[in-house]
Amino acid sequence: MAEAITFHFDVDGENFTSAGNASVQVKRKLRHLGFPADVIKRVAIAMYEGEINMVIHADGGSADVIVSPEEVKIVLADRGPGIPDVALAMKEGYSTASDSIRSLGFGAGMGLPNMKRYTDSMEIDTKLGVGTTITMTVKVA
Amino acid sequence: MAKEYRHSVSLDRDRCKGCTHCLRRCPVEAIRIHDGKARINSNRCIDCGVCIDVCPHKAKKATSDKLADIKRFKYTVALPAPSLYGQFDNLDDIDYVLQGLLDLGFDDVYEVSRAAEVVSGLTRIYLSRDDIEKPVISSACPVIVRLISLRYPYLCENILPIQPPVDIAAHRARERALEKHPELTSEDIGIVFISPCPAKVSYIKNGSDGKKSDIDLVLSMSDIYFDLLDVMKMELSSEPISHTGMIGVSWASTGGEASALFNDKYLAADGIENVIRVLEQIDNGNFPYLEFIELNACNGGCVGGMMTVENPYIAKARLQTLKRYLPVSENWDFRDDSNAEIPEKYLSGPVEYAPVSALSSNMSEAMAKMSRIQEIHKMLPDIDCGFCGSPTCYCFAEDVVKGSADISECIFMLREKMQKAAKEEQHEDQ
Repeated sequence: MAEAITFHFDVDGENFTSAGNASVQVKRKLRHLGFPADVIKRVAIAMYEGEINMVIHADGGSADVIVSPEEVKIVLADRGPGIPDVALAMKEGYSTASDSIRSLGFGAGMGLPNMKRYTDSMEIDTKLGVGTTITMTVKVA
Repeated sequence: MAKEYRHSVSLDRDRCKGCTHCLRRCPVEAIRIHDGKARINSNRCIDCGVCIDVCPHKAKKATSDKLADIKRFKYTVALPAPSLYGQFDNLDDIDYVLQGLLDLGFDDVYEVSRAAEVVSGLTRIYLSRDDIEKPVISSACPVIVRLISLRYPYLCENILPIQPPVDIAAHRARERALEKHPELTSEDIGIVFISPCPAKVSYIKNGSDGKKSDIDLVLSMSDIYFDLLDVMKMELSSEPISHTGMIGVSWASTGGEASALFNDKYLAADGIENVIRVLEQIDNGNFPYLEFIELNACNGGCVGGMMTVENPYIAKARLQTLKRYLPVSENWDFRDDSNAEIPEKYLSGPVEYAPVSALSSNMSEAMAKMSRIQEIHKMLPDIDCGFCGSPTCYCFAEDVVKGSADISECIFMLREKMQKAAKEEQHEDQ
């Protein structure tokens, strides 16, 4: 039985151009580990969306990816403003991103819904003024 | 396991000084330096030619056939890539180049740009179908197709399933030769491609997408350049030779293939590092809706190939002048008719995902190795100096775990070890 491996990434909140880098790196590691292509794709998309969210709304944060042969767990933690209404935030098309963010092509209100769609489970732990931690798992079928 | 891919990029060991230029710049980390000489891992190499470009000692070379080889055939047809037309100064007619090729000893010429116009027509038909994966990615640059097959499983089905122009040109050239000369057999005919890059040489030598290639020889544009220049006269024969329009010539530089689709929903990128960034972004799904993506490994497109002579941007400027008075296309075999079928013979086989980077076929074992890589990586200085012979500290950690490098090859680790030993010695002296 192999032990789980944790990959840690700091997500830089000030640098929009590097958003998505952690996702690219995770994708590479999963490829090296020999995960099936569909698992890699689901992890990469969920992770990418989460990363972008942290940059847009929370001034960055950290991403931990815990990998075992059975599942890939992604823990995204930030010290942002928190999500006032999780149910509303989960609605497709709902976004609080600013116009300048939208002009970059982000803020379509599909981030959280996509994260849920591409993972097997997703938990949101959020406290206003303290931060948000999102834990997602993708099972290896 | 994929069959071994044969490459045309190789190393001249005598010239290699073991410096780290190629090591650092190889976009797929295929190079290592062992015993003071570079070594290319052929499973990983995508023939992009960056190492040829960056080597200050000209130790990387691209192998191709020689002009003298055409004597092996009774009848030869030259297939010039459109980038060839951008290599000459004060050229106002493509026929000067084509006549030059005939004067060099070829019996006939068939321009790859003609087939490019055919591919443009077929691509327009393909894009009008609604049962296909979009964006459609061009199949013309073999570096890109190989890169996708090694790294991007989900993009394999986006690749245009139509043969690149060079294959279609070869096929048509052979058909035409047999028609014109019924006394010849197929073996008598030599189809000779004049290539701007080593990637196309490899692609053809590996049997263009799995099938037996119709191309018998591949010559390097730079190899024949001076021979061609010597015989080129700026006189026109009575009979026009070229049958190429603006579209065919445009294929030589980035954006030419995409703009020929008469559809503004396209992206055209060049330079292998830019291309990788674009592919990563499409793969992540965060991408604007596009119909077509043209990606070229070389800066500027095929005019930037490692076997060309002229600066790619100058070549491109010359092509602009050259195509000014040309019709849009001279090869309308496939008019924009969405009901038209793409002929079977012009289809290419599916691109299959064949990753090479997995640490082990057993996942538990792969994970144990990955843990070890992480541990070793933490011990390394993370400055990617390249002295150990691996391109990055992370790669070095991987190489140590894979058994192809020893931890003592890191000069920082060695220094620590020596300092420790020195201290212990001092200790003993006291």
